[in-house]
Amino acid sequence: MLPSDLKPEHFSRYPPEARNLLTRYLAALQQLPLSFVPNLLREAIDYDFKFPAERQSLEKELENLQSLTTSDLADRSPQPQTDKKTEWFQAFARITLSPQLEQMDWVNSPSQFVEQLSAHLWATHQLDAFRNAATDYADRLRALSAPPPPRVPRLGIAVIGQGVDAYDEPLFQKLRTRGAYFTRVRPENGLENLLEAVAARARSNPLPYGHWYIDGGEAAEHSSALTSISYNSLEAVRSTLLTKMRAQIETPGMGPETLRTWLAQVSPSELGFSEAGDPVLDRFQLKLLTEGSGTQIFSTTFAQWAAREALRRAQPCTLLVRFAPRQKQKPMNELISEKQAQAELDPQGSLIDADMGAYYNWINQQRLPGADQSSFLAWFENQREAVAIGPAMPRGTESTSPTDLREVLSQIT
Amino acid sequence: MGGALLGCSPVAHAATVPKNRKVVVITFGGGARDQETFAPEGQRNIPHLINELIPQSTFFTQVVNRGILGHYVATASLATGVYETINNFASLPPEHPTVFEYFRRDRKRPASDAWVVAPSNGFNRIGESSHRSYGAGLGARVILPKHLLAAALSTGHSDYHHLLRDNYETPFYAPELAGSEVELEQLEQILNLSVEDFKAHARTLSSPDELSVYVVRQLMRQKAPSLLWITLHDIDVAHAGAFSLYVDGIRRTDRLCAEIWKMIQSEPEYAGKTTLFILPDFGRDSDEDAGGNGFQHHRTGDAPSRTTWMMALGKGVRENVVFDRPLESTDLVPTMGAMLDFSSSYAQGKPIAELV
Repeated sequence: MLPSDLKPEHFSRYPPEARNLLTRYLAALQQLPLSFVPNLLREAIDYDFKFPAERQSLEKELENLQSLTTSDLADRSPQPQTDKKTEWFQAFARITLSPQLEQMDWVNSPSQFVEQLSAHLWATHQLDAFRNAATDYADRLRALSAPPPPRVPRLGIAVIGQGVDAYDEPLFQKLRTRGAYFTRVRPENGLENLLEAVAARARSNPLPYGHWYIDGGEAAEHSSALTSISYNSLEAVRSTLLTKMRAQIETPGMGPETLRTWLAQVSPSELGFSEAGDPVLDRFQLKLLTEGSGTQIFSTTFAQWAAREALRRAQPCTLLVRFAPRQKQKPMNELISEKQAQAELDPQGSLIDADMGAYYNWINQQRLPGADQSSFLAWFENQREAVAIGPAMPRGTESTSPTDLREVLSQIT
Repeated sequence: MGGALLGCSPVAHAATVPKNRKVVVITFGGGARDQETFAPEGQRNIPHLINELIPQSTFFTQVVNRGILGHYVATASLATGVYETINNFASLPPEHPTVFEYFRRDRKRPASDAWVVAPSNGFNRIGESSHRSYGAGLGARVILPKHLLAAALSTGHSDYHHLLRDNYETPFYAPELAGSEVELEQLEQILNLSVEDFKAHARTLSSPDELSVYVVRQLMRQKAPSLLWITLHDIDVAHAGAFSLYVDGIRRTDRLCAEIWKMIQSEPEYAGKTTLFILPDFGRDSDEDAGGNGFQHHRTGDAPSRTTWMMALGKGVRENVVFDRPLESTDLVPTMGAMLDFSSSYAQGKPIAELV
């Protein structure tokens, strides 16, 4: 089937809001190339479970597609719409697809289609052409309607190194050149002060999913104004998922691709998410575990990936991420010993993971609108080292004056 | 001038190839970025390459892989000199003749003269292609040390499935084996090791790549193959997203490369007649590409994930020379062909003039 064959009933298995949305824009979808449409549907099929920022951006995108595909008769602009549509989509239209891809049920399984498309692009050496087409499309979309800046300048905070009393290697090397490095931060009540600061932002700028606290271990006490997830709170879910994954792997004929397809179809209730929970947040957490690599096993990976996805999808104004020690990767000789001890933690390794994770959090924050006004603070938990980045902070500097986290925060926000 | 040209020609060079010349290839796997290796901030992770091996090597700073960036298919591409398009996760042989088949057929070498040691069960078909002019019976023997170990350990106790978790891209997945893998009883015949000795030694090692290097040592001593291909894979733990484990993998791989080089220099069958190639199959995603997640994967196909390096050292190779011109991954097989006097007629790459 091709997009030109699309009919409203094809979306009958979609959740209600997604179905209504796509039916509204059906005429536009019918005019677009197959290499493009399932990528859009992959996002749209989850419309009912998306964060407000994602919904807004999807609606705008569909609106633009509609305007590009509107009949020339109604178009009074100097450049006919058909030309504009060609301009926007000719690179996608040039991608050659296989008959197998065309025959897939890409309407109901857009993620699986995109996965197969990706394999096809690699195998037929069209990946670069597709990348260029996608980049060009995204650039055009951004140029047409720049996403609005956040209501308040963004603030990102990374707390790293829980459980490490001393560390001799230099920390925050990748972040230091971007801001000021503090070496005499008073650590007393540091986490409490940071959590109170982000809660205050949430109270004064209430926004759904606008202010987040992600903990890679056990969440500390925090305001209910924050959207919060933690690695430990998902322990039962992770355990159920791992058990089910092992069972799937032992099924004859199972391979990595089939496993990924299975993972994409797992629902929150199958993993034990409560029906009384927040469906948007539950779906977000489910995807962290079923789409993320390593998130099921390592808490540092979970925290970093959760931050990346929260920033990419929810685009929060405030994000505090606290990394916690992950389990130790056992060396082979321990794995093959007959007596396997309880999983140990690896605080030092986790500190290194989190140092890189903090850098990635900053990079991901800076990809969002309003980056020039955004601020970022990374702190070695319960220690004296921190780095602060913001429009008012001198870059590549070092402060040896005694200070505390509240003072540092007030300088960057 | 004619003489000078002849001296540079691969054909002329091949004519002078000593019959006992050997080539060892190490893939520095599974993929590391410049910033954690050869860039200034990464050099502390590879002290052996920087201080011991580079000064003895001809080093190429830009080796571009234009193929699919999955470890099995990319290693198959390295071994065939053609960008293979086989499914990275299926147990399939390469579609084009491998370097092992070219070598064995043209040089009329027995199966015992070409070996692959690979940590991952997914690599068990890499020794022999499905090409109708080559293929069956002409390939390399493949040893999968982790598979051997799991087999050895399961004689007596229960579940060692975790050892077979060799595809870091999909947690817990261990593909079914099919093909010419070495069976357990061959431990004794080929490696001259009892199951008990093998198990006992494995218990002293910290990683699958260390086990591979142990097997390589035994293989060099017992069979002394002329063509030996070692695929290291510890670095690919990066897929789990823990940066410290990725860096640990790089440091271990750096040490193991130096160990293999020392083995080559100290084993009488190899010393003075062996050329060693070390190269990653590809890189990993950059921090800047929003489509990826930095070091964790190699999914974007951006320049850092495609561009890597290669060093050659030993017999017939100039020491302490660096070339910045770009090469392709597919150039390796024709270069080995020129060194070992076989024709790689289906390979897409070209012999590297600086080495042949």
